[in-house]
Amino acid sequence: MTTTTTTLPLGKALNAGLRRAMEDDPKVLLMGEDIGQLGGVFRITEGLQKDFGTHRVIDTPLAESGILGTAIGLAMRGFRPVCEIQFDGFIYPAFDQIVSQVAKLHYRTGGNVKVPITIRVPYGGGIGAIEHHSESPEGYFAQTAGLRVVTCGNAADAHLMIRQAIASDDPVLFFEPKRRYWEKGPVDLDAGTNAFPLHKARTVVEGTDATLLAYGPLVTTAVQAATVAAEEGTSLEVIDLRSLSPLDMDTIEASVRKTGRLIVTHEAPVFLGIGAEIAARVTERCFYHLESPVLRVGGFTLPYPPAKLEQFFLPDVDRILDAVDRSIAA
Amino acid sequence: MIDHTIAPVQLVTEDGLRVDDQELAPLVADIDTRRLLDLYEDLVVVRRIDSEATALQRQGELGLWAPLLGQEAAQVGSARALAEDDFVFASYREHGVAYCRGVDPTHMLRFWRGSTHSGWDPLQYRMTTPAIIVGCQALHATGYAMGAQLEGAAAATITYFGDGATSQGDISEAFGFAASFQAAVVFFCQNNQWAISEPVSLQTKVTIAERGRGFGIPSVRVDGNDVLAVLAATRAALAGAREGNGPTLIEAVTYRMGPHTTSDDPTRYRNSALDEEWKLKDPLARIKKLLEREGVLDDAYLARAQAQADATAAELRRGCLETVEPTPMSLFDHVYADPHPLVDDERRQFETYLASFEGPTR
Repeated sequence: MTTTTTTLPLGKALNAGLRRAMEDDPKVLLMGEDIGQLGGVFRITEGLQKDFGTHRVIDTPLAESGILGTAIGLAMRGFRPVCEIQFDGFIYPAFDQIVSQVAKLHYRTGGNVKVPITIRVPYGGGIGAIEHHSESPEGYFAQTAGLRVVTCGNAADAHLMIRQAIASDDPVLFFEPKRRYWEKGPVDLDAGTNAFPLHKARTVVEGTDATLLAYGPLVTTAVQAATVAAEEGTSLEVIDLRSLSPLDMDTIEASVRKTGRLIVTHEAPVFLGIGAEIAARVTERCFYHLESPVLRVGGFTLPYPPAKLEQFFLPDVDRILDAVDRSIAA
Repeated sequence: MIDHTIAPVQLVTEDGLRVDDQELAPLVADIDTRRLLDLYEDLVVVRRIDSEATALQRQGELGLWAPLLGQEAAQVGSARALAEDDFVFASYREHGVAYCRGVDPTHMLRFWRGSTHSGWDPLQYRMTTPAIIVGCQALHATGYAMGAQLEGAAAATITYFGDGATSQGDISEAFGFAASFQAAVVFFCQNNQWAISEPVSLQTKVTIAERGRGFGIPSVRVDGNDVLAVLAATRAALAGAREGNGPTLIEAVTYRMGPHTTSDDPTRYRNSALDEEWKLKDPLARIKKLLEREGVLDDAYLARAQAQADATAAELRRGCLETVEPTPMSLFDHVYADPHPLVDDERRQFETYLASFEGPTR
């Protein structure tokens, strides 16, 4: 098998992944607001309508419930719709169709109706946006049975995971770290969809003193924190969670058994967030291997703040290292 | 073209007289005496299924039932217009439609008994199982129709909803999508005047058909208690959809003669005078009068139709009482199409827990 490794920004890798998925399966179609001629507000679908036609890259009316509701009908007809929600904060009008219909149809129909819908959501802050453009709503969906929830942290995963999500017979919420769209990384354009499992976490930095768990936009931040920590003589193991539902607890547990300490970071508020679930499960699985309490570094329990304040809201290297220090001192 | 969004079109009056409607009548010219008798039998059987299910609920065999009493003609008339290839996206009261699609009435009851979320395979009967979230199914139907269109299929999609649903955003979004994409979908609104306790006047200040027209969707208001008029209007809409003319909205004006569900008490919010007024428009009595006027109804036929209805009811009761209930471990089935480690873990844990009890578990 040939390997064509190239360097791409994460957003372009997504574009290439979407293109590949559409080439591989004629039943894959894209739908969303402004995704056609404009190529999406982030240009993730750029050029796809031109190459695949308006029947496969469909500009929809401005109605998120309508996008998801019609995607269900299309899926029942045998299509694999990939829906773009323009911004994280715009997903709520579609919440009912996602949690009451998309998530439950397979269960409700005793397995007779499959719902292979991918819902792409640019999420998270850090781009200086106005209200409703910087949210991290992944927890709502991770708590909903019937949905799979994943997020990519680098260009290679963007290219691989979007194709895996589309190929999944289950509905997948695909969260895209919008502030990392322009971050470049190596991408193997010929990687098969079995190159690495969709729902497996990946150790991106090996270390021994504490485990730092991140996903999506904060993977880069976590790696930066590990670099700084290393300069100060602390060896951090960084894990990119990648999948929020299901969780790859085996990888997390193995790391915690090694380091004895765990810090989880995400942009979403920590209250009832992914970090809370991981902390609970880690105590259930390897309580006696913990040297200190599991700590969480995340958004505060408040609505997403105005752009000029987001630097204080979002976890950064310093806040992560502060938690690392507390974990190790405990 | 005549505006059909205000006064309901009719082919048979309340007194069983034929109406010579030049547009509608030719659409049901093939309904001869024999086929009219078949339609009447459908109405009788469907009403009987409904009353038996209500009785089963009262006897504790069903958790709930949503009676269709009064809406038989709207359901039978529209469902008998469908071709096998067409797909139905239903609300939760369409037992008459399900009957016409060939669904075993026993299977309809499993949902209301609490034995399953889905009494039949939607893909097999080309009809979805009850949609409880009001209005959601109109979008599914529109998407399905868009898909059929992408494939170049000449099949139509029909979706049923009530007057209450027209206040939901999903209905407006479905109208918008269907109009923009010219989707081959028929929106069939059974305006039964009531959304539990709320009268239709609270949902809309114009007719529902007028609202459809506002979206650019050809819309027609039909007497929903006139099985022939409903059949004709639905045939026209389905034909238009199959021919690529896009969506149609049919507002079938009918009346929910019973409660919203078996948990409801209509005496708290509506007066019996209105009920009495609508009893005069009963969809079964009207066809019976027509058949009598035309001298084609005899006692033997009536006895046969009633026997058919009673046999269906007896079968329904037997099937309900013999329901094989799901096992505890089936809780975890079909949450996902592919394996999911969390569901698998919880299944194993629960299995171990159940096994920890002495003696056999179910």
